[in-house]
Amino acid sequence: MATRICIAGIAESECGHLPDRTALQLHQQAARAALEDAGLQRNDVDGVFSCGEDWMHPMLLAEYLGLQPTYVDSTQVGGASWELFVGHAVGALQAGLCRVALLVYGSTARSDVRRPRRAGDVPVAPRGPAQYEGAYGLTLVGKYALAARRHMHEYGTTSRQLAAVAVAANRWAQLNPKAFHHGKPMSLDAAMQTRMIADPLRQADCCVRTDGGGAVVLTTEEQARDLRRKPVRVLGVGEALSHLHLSQWADMPDLPAQHTGRRALQQAGVAPKDIDVLQVYDAFTVMVLLSLEALGFCGRGESGALAESGALEPGGRLPINTDGGALAANHPGMRGLFLLIEAARQLRGECAARQVPNARLALCHGTGGYFSSAATVVLGA
Amino acid sequence: MDRAAALAHHLPVIDAESAPFWAGTRDRKFLLRHCNSCHRNHFYPRHACPRCWSDNCEWRPASGKGRVYSYTVIHHHDVPPFREMVPYIVALIDLAEGVRVTANVVECTPELVHVGMPVEVVFEHVTDDITLPQFRPHTS
Repeated sequence: MATRICIAGIAESECGHLPDRTALQLHQQAARAALEDAGLQRNDVDGVFSCGEDWMHPMLLAEYLGLQPTYVDSTQVGGASWELFVGHAVGALQAGLCRVALLVYGSTARSDVRRPRRAGDVPVAPRGPAQYEGAYGLTLVGKYALAARRHMHEYGTTSRQLAAVAVAANRWAQLNPKAFHHGKPMSLDAAMQTRMIADPLRQADCCVRTDGGGAVVLTTEEQARDLRRKPVRVLGVGEALSHLHLSQWADMPDLPAQHTGRRALQQAGVAPKDIDVLQVYDAFTVMVLLSLEALGFCGRGESGALAESGALEPGGRLPINTDGGALAANHPGMRGLFLLIEAARQLRGECAARQVPNARLALCHGTGGYFSSAATVVLGA
Repeated sequence: MDRAAALAHHLPVIDAESAPFWAGTRDRKFLLRHCNSCHRNHFYPRHACPRCWSDNCEWRPASGKGRVYSYTVIHHHDVPPFREMVPYIVALIDLAEGVRVTANVVECTPELVHVGMPVEVVFEHVTDDITLPQFRPHTS
């Protein structure tokens, strides 16, 4: 049997509004804290897994951190990259290609808006396949709105059901002092009254924009046993790509998550009903609905009613995005790493007011691009 | 500001693979790629068929008729020129020939657009090089 791989350390950097920090600095903060959490030294790290917007990001990052890793992966598939990295790290660790894998991310996505430095602010004439879309003014939110509208058409999903996802995230955020919307409760009616961004998605259907970073340290179970924290075992992984441009998405409700969820759950030998706590990438409310269906947590077209029933809220039967998620806790650009951190924290029983009782099995599901990439990780206490 | 100046940084950069398509729109034709090996159409156009990788593909004019597969009304955009254009409709259009296309729905209000709405292509002359395909409601 292959060596078991575990999460040995987790940490966030400072998060929120950080105009005086750089993205690289946040990487370093998170890496140092995660290694300290594990009880490891920087010299123990021989595998680095990270992606970002910088040119030759892995070299820049390793150089900044003073590391010379002998195993590196910088696959950039958007927000799902971090769940994908877990799968790749498991393979590398099991094959003995590295001994300690550091997954690390940092971004000043919020502060960059004020520095007019975001890629989205710089018009670049569309080349290659993008030339067939560039002139039509389709925004990022608009792309998710197209998926939401289609789901409404096929299954009768309502704006109120979408808003229920945002309200559930907001309620979880009230239990997490580090969440961006902590102390700012929002009712369903209030969510429904936020301004329209890209019909049918309103402001409340869209994630917060924050600065921040995080890190996760993985190693073999044998090594993890002797470390500081209770190891969190990786039980199953799956990854898949679907499309980049929405016109090339074969059929909208068919997500790459169908493949990644099935594979990760099968590998773990468990079913959706066995999962105690879920972390599902939620940059927009519609991502939660479509992902829950594709992962098998409800039937096709049933996710809207499920959200409206309150099942996703604290105390509900499907605890999801328990830190408040991208919708209410943090979203520094590519959030997949935070799903892993919160899941590990739940399985270690360190979540205080938002702790899901007896959480033994967690599922993290990352989505990248525009339902373009997916990666799923099943974790066990 | 006229459309050409406003859209200047958002207009297609024509390349060898796309040149026939944009020559087609200048002639008010919407050209698809048809694969003579697997007999399927594809869009956006590639030199080789993305379904079977055959090089044996040719350009064929589409009817220009289709239906809205999904749509969104953009109410907020961070940057010009789109910031000043809101609200406007962006849709995925399923053409009768079995391909899906992104475009604006024009000559239509946000209240009228709906999934399944029949539409037809219209050609918007923007510059001497670029004529954009757009879609408008169509009653047969």
